[in-house]
Amino acid sequence: MKKRGLSDLFFLFLVLYLLFPILATALYAFATNWNNTILPEGLTFKWLASLFQDTSFIEAFGRSVLLSGGAVILAFIFVVPAIFIIVLYFPKYEKWMQTAVVMVYAFPGVILAVGLIRTYSQLGIPMILAVLGAYVISILPYIYQGTRNSLRNVNAKQLLDVAELLGASKLQAYLKVLLPAVYPGLFAGALLSFSVLFGEFVLINLVVGSRFETVQIYLMKKLSTSGHIASAVVFLYLVLMGILTISISILTKRSRGVAKT
Amino acid sequence: MIILTSKKQSLFLLTPFLVLILLFFIVPLFYMVVSSFSNSDGFTLNQYKAVLTNSYILQGFKNSITLSAISALLALVVTLFAVYAMMRFSDPVRERILVVTNLTSNFSGIPLAFAFIVLLGNSGLFTLLFEKWGIDAFSSFSLYSWSGLLLIYIYFQLPLSLMLLYPIYYGIQQQWKDAASLLGASTIQFWTKIGIPIMLPGIVGTFSVLFANAMGAYASAYALTGSNYNLVAIRIGALLSGDIFAQPELASAIAVLLGVTMITAMLLSEWSIKKTRRNL
Repeated sequence: MKKRGLSDLFFLFLVLYLLFPILATALYAFATNWNNTILPEGLTFKWLASLFQDTSFIEAFGRSVLLSGGAVILAFIFVVPAIFIIVLYFPKYEKWMQTAVVMVYAFPGVILAVGLIRTYSQLGIPMILAVLGAYVISILPYIYQGTRNSLRNVNAKQLLDVAELLGASKLQAYLKVLLPAVYPGLFAGALLSFSVLFGEFVLINLVVGSRFETVQIYLMKKLSTSGHIASAVVFLYLVLMGILTISISILTKRSRGVAKT
Repeated sequence: MIILTSKKQSLFLLTPFLVLILLFFIVPLFYMVVSSFSNSDGFTLNQYKAVLTNSYILQGFKNSITLSAISALLALVVTLFAVYAMMRFSDPVRERILVVTNLTSNFSGIPLAFAFIVLLGNSGLFTLLFEKWGIDAFSSFSLYSWSGLLLIYIYFQLPLSLMLLYPIYYGIQQQWKDAASLLGASTIQFWTKIGIPIMLPGIVGTFSVLFANAMGAYASAYALTGSNYNLVAIRIGALLSGDIFAQPELASAIAVLLGVTMITAMLLSEWSIKKTRRNL
């Protein structure tokens, strides 16, 4: 019984430790003045409002969405079909795919940044393209996991065989049978990848820098100038991440539900 | 035969993916390794000599390794107990806890550093609180130092550790506990003699993923201290962007050494995870 109490204490510590910084930052985003008191002196919407009036923030947000969303879309055009083919037709190559996934996961942005700069900075191509390409590859672990699990959940190979047996063409079998079945799982992978890229700072900062100001770089600048604005940015970021996380969990549940029925 | 050709044709769909991974992963890393061994005259080991004799860079490695190992260990201990407590909740409650954990796992880098500034920075919530209450024990604490970074590193290790340990706990079957207790083992005996030994490879694997995760982290430390705090990742960034003057070859050599560390950690974790799977 005593041991139970100890582990409960650890659990409570974990939850508080994880939630406290989030709550404090959210509160700070609405605080009028919070310098010498334990709790803020008053509450206000002016920080959030001024953020929405700041064109450089709106533009930074647009760039982040464009870059992260663009990378996810490119991954879906070029990477997902490759995963489909390997999982469905060439399972013996799957171990190569898994090696690639582990390698990509093992090399952090700070290492990849060195390689990208060494390789591309003298070629005269816009470095943002190098970052975009690196983004497409860096989400491989999430895309692979999401795609492979969806394909396994619906028994994709049998599903395709059955559809063709019942008279569907190969294309019909893919578009009308397989795709709707794996769609929730794929979409969950896309959202997860987007949320990871939206928070990316190392590559964009080291390889491109403030020439392409994303939300993360905007936030880094505001850190030293205005705490209230910075907290408003973090608050918005957390809201966005919250929406994405909940959508992912709903989609994942739905893709598991497909497997059961 | 028709199926075979179409199967072969489908291999063409792999080409764009292979080109992408070549252009944006393999070639850059290869070029980085080449550049770490070369200077204007050709092949050289000078960069590595410089790294291994430069006490400042070696100190950076030492700081990164201790920070990563200690944050991984502390997060691991906390989550080992926390997941144990979590197993008592019903499935839907556990699932909700995992969703919240997933959310906090996205809370890292610059936003996380900022949250800790709000709490513990120079005019942070707790800093003022402790001042008001006259608690001196914390007056020497600075968020912008090793101990401050440790708190932040522990924060981003906790959700990852929880997500990795959860399925390992899940594998411990109720039947084993029942069997052990029927044979007269106490709860503590079950965990020390059966549970922990079975989970051990998984725990080691989790530790090495956490360690690698912290070794590669850059943004939080950068947001807090700029290039001032001496970590490997920060050194690489500083040498690249030329805060003093850019030395990309030296940055390459440090990055290669960091990469070797990461691969070792990942191989260790792969090996442990395979071992756990065999046990469960």
